[in-house]
Amino acid sequence: MNRLFRLSFLYLLFVFALNAQINVFINAEIMTATGVNYENGILAVNGSKIEYVGSQNGYSIPENSVVIDTKGKVIIPGLVDTHSHIGLDWGFDNDSPTQPDLRILDAIDPFHPTFNRARAGGITTVNVMPGSGHLMSGQTVYLKTKHAKTLNEMLITKDILNGICGGMKMANGTNSIRTKPFPGTRAKSAAIIRELFYEALEYKNKIDDANGDKSKMPERNIELEPLVEILKGDRIVHHHTHRADDIMTVLRLKEEFGFKVVLHHVSEGWKVAEEIAKAKVPCSIIVVDSPGGKLEAVGLKFETAKILTDAGVDVAFHTDDWITDSRFFLRSAALAMRAGLSKEKALEGLTIAGARMLELNDRIGSLEKGKDADFVILSGDPFSVYSHIESTWADGVKIFDRSNPEDYKYAVGGYKAYPRFQHVHGEEEIR
Amino acid sequence: MTKKTKNVVISSEIEKCHSTTVISSAIEKCHSKPVISSAREKSYFSVVISSAIEKCHSKPVISSVREKSYFSVVISSAIEKCHSKPVISSACEKSYFSVVISSEIEKYHSTFITAIFILLFFTTSLLSQIAVKGEKVYTMNGGVIENGLVLIEGNQIKNVGSQSGINIPENFKVIEGKFVTPGLIDSRSVVGLAGVYNQKHDQDQLEKSDPIQPELRAIDAYNPREELVEWIREFGITTINTGHAPGALISGQTMIVKTYGTLQNTILDTISMVSFSLGKEVSSEFKVPGSRPKGIAMLRSKLYEAKAYLEKQNSDDKKSAINLENEILAKVLKKEVPALITADKAVDILGALRLAKEFNLELILDGAEESYMVLDEIKEAEVPIILHASMSRLESGSFETASKLQKAGIPFAIQSGYESYVPKTRVVLFEAAILAANGLSFEEALASITIDAAKILKIDDKVGSIEVGKNADIAIYNGDPFEYTTHCCGVIIDGKIMKQDECK
Repeated sequence: MNRLFRLSFLYLLFVFALNAQINVFINAEIMTATGVNYENGILAVNGSKIEYVGSQNGYSIPENSVVIDTKGKVIIPGLVDTHSHIGLDWGFDNDSPTQPDLRILDAIDPFHPTFNRARAGGITTVNVMPGSGHLMSGQTVYLKTKHAKTLNEMLITKDILNGICGGMKMANGTNSIRTKPFPGTRAKSAAIIRELFYEALEYKNKIDDANGDKSKMPERNIELEPLVEILKGDRIVHHHTHRADDIMTVLRLKEEFGFKVVLHHVSEGWKVAEEIAKAKVPCSIIVVDSPGGKLEAVGLKFETAKILTDAGVDVAFHTDDWITDSRFFLRSAALAMRAGLSKEKALEGLTIAGARMLELNDRIGSLEKGKDADFVILSGDPFSVYSHIESTWADGVKIFDRSNPEDYKYAVGGYKAYPRFQHVHGEEEIR
Repeated sequence: MTKKTKNVVISSEIEKCHSTTVISSAIEKCHSKPVISSAREKSYFSVVISSAIEKCHSKPVISSVREKSYFSVVISSAIEKCHSKPVISSACEKSYFSVVISSEIEKYHSTFITAIFILLFFTTSLLSQIAVKGEKVYTMNGGVIENGLVLIEGNQIKNVGSQSGINIPENFKVIEGKFVTPGLIDSRSVVGLAGVYNQKHDQDQLEKSDPIQPELRAIDAYNPREELVEWIREFGITTINTGHAPGALISGQTMIVKTYGTLQNTILDTISMVSFSLGKEVSSEFKVPGSRPKGIAMLRSKLYEAKAYLEKQNSDDKKSAINLENEILAKVLKKEVPALITADKAVDILGALRLAKEFNLELILDGAEESYMVLDEIKEAEVPIILHASMSRLESGSFETASKLQKAGIPFAIQSGYESYVPKTRVVLFEAAILAANGLSFEEALASITIDAAKILKIDDKVGSIEVGKNADIAIYNGDPFEYTTHCCGVIIDGKIMKQDECK
């Protein structure tokens, strides 16, 4: 009995020690995405949070901590992908051009192999979007790419029923121009959205007038509720838009209704960089290997990130996985560097800038004391084709390890590691 | 003499006239240098050349020149330039000027001989004479030359070696870069058929009216002015095997073309391959076949039909009427044209090997996503592979397939392939880069888009390496070409400078 007691005491100690475990990564080059880098830095992680990041002499390594020598490696913050379609099999229907009540969280499979692709690519936070092909595809969800049995464990917002778990996916341009009930032209597209927002404004006014009096409240409308959240500034609009005139349409709608918006894709953003900067609207950019493939993306350039950054726009990148593979997220920013973007801005665009666009920059996006312990360990320069991601960590837990054969197969692919995903915008094959 | 005030740069004038080759060849001949082959091919040029030569030797046969007014204008304009006289800008288009000019030449007969000598001097500098200096020159024919030098004259590589070992002749234009490679080759593309807009009007890579249409020629669909041709050229790609896409049992033919100009003199092979496809992708495009075995049964029937056609044409019996489908398939059966069979899954690859054996086809496997599962079978059949793009979004695609093929000793090249959406084309340089980071050495990866690709396409006598006598196709980079941030700062095709940026 005594022995059993002692054993259980030891066990408890062990569990306690596990919980409080401090992992200290030493000797790595640390790029924090705050503008400060350390040649021979230390990253100390206590549980799920960063305890210390900085130079060797600013930190005394606690006795019980686990010291991991990462000499020759580079450590960067966990990547933030502001626009992705992982975790699902497909993401569209033809019911209506506006579906604000649709929640993508109702479609996500935490066991979906595409999450492995994101982990292998160093992505620790992802904005999973519904769509495409609608003017308003539905509510997006912000997730950590942690290994989990349920979606709740991956959510950034803890209250799945009442919390605001993400933003709102909207689009203009060619994707949503289809047969009825979808709009046939760009002007009709804008008109449908304006009507919807005026309806939401009226609904909001009724709620405001009720002033908490339940008897005076309008009937609950789950289509308009998320729009009220948008009008109040509690939910961010993530707006697919490519062509310069489509971008200007979004800015006009933002002006009219005062919502918070992030412009996504922005292929022709380089044409209206000053206007975007003046509107103080951030841009999340897709970088693909050639222009075109659709009419609205014919003006795509690798230079867009550089031109927008120079104009003063906050710029992030996204994978739009399956459009670009999550394993090549670093490459997207590297191609922008090829076109003149600085290394510092390239890293920001993969981390803290994206975190700002999801309004999560107080928790994630950079290596700073007190922030979530989301980071990536690389074999070398993050923007070199020859570097490999060796491990990815989210909330202090290793979620990808290249030296583990099970994880390795997701890094290099093969043997049906990934299901096919057709990025479709409607009943017809996209054109 | 008719004089216009507008002074036009002679070189561009001559380019407009499409006759640089003619003059260059003429000059070469005067210098007892080999004549440029493309000129030799065009017999009607030779008339002009010979008359030019005669002129060089002060022989009186000017009449033939006068007859060929189109070319005489060029030469006359050059003479004018030598005399610092204004060039007739629209001369090329207006043949009637030539009469005037020719008579002018006669009027100036006293100075004619002198003019010719000056013309000689002048046009020598028109002939492409380029010295490309590289910190590393990858010849793809015996390693890398540190501080290497490539001399180009006309459309050919004239000399290759180290900068210390070769003198740069006078008047050679010097271009410097860090990494110099052969012009890159994309061994399987649809660029020029599948346009940037991705609308019905610019998508000619797959005809869906019938699953078997081998008679469709790439040249009837290829648009040399398609924007994506320029897009890929900017990365150093100078030769593409482009044509009909996968997706039909037999979708049509492919061709090999340089990534510049119109189709004049830029085609290396008009019918390089016939494109076959196996697998379920075909069934998603057509009602029939609805399954793998049906697809193979349909192909076998068709090939037996072509075989019978071929036998009949070869026999003493009355010949059949020309049948375009069977004509081209007869070429495939005679191994004059290889069968490029797109087979992604292992089961489809085995199907392709069976077909090739039954009909004794010259098989090139395309895509070959699951080739790593059937390496022994492919090796035994001695079949080369044009491997899918590394970043293609395939369920069984692996970044390490190329390295497994390399180890197994199976010849392969990497392709950009066909994309139905975005990116509308992949860039084969980027695809090879991923291989260099996943098991292939730098040079093995580079070979997959240069010499190894050239060998599979059977154009390695002309392109794919930097060797004396080969086409002057060169790509110049400001660093390791596979690095994401490296720029392609120079592209030379057939001795013509297509791109020249600052290279640092």
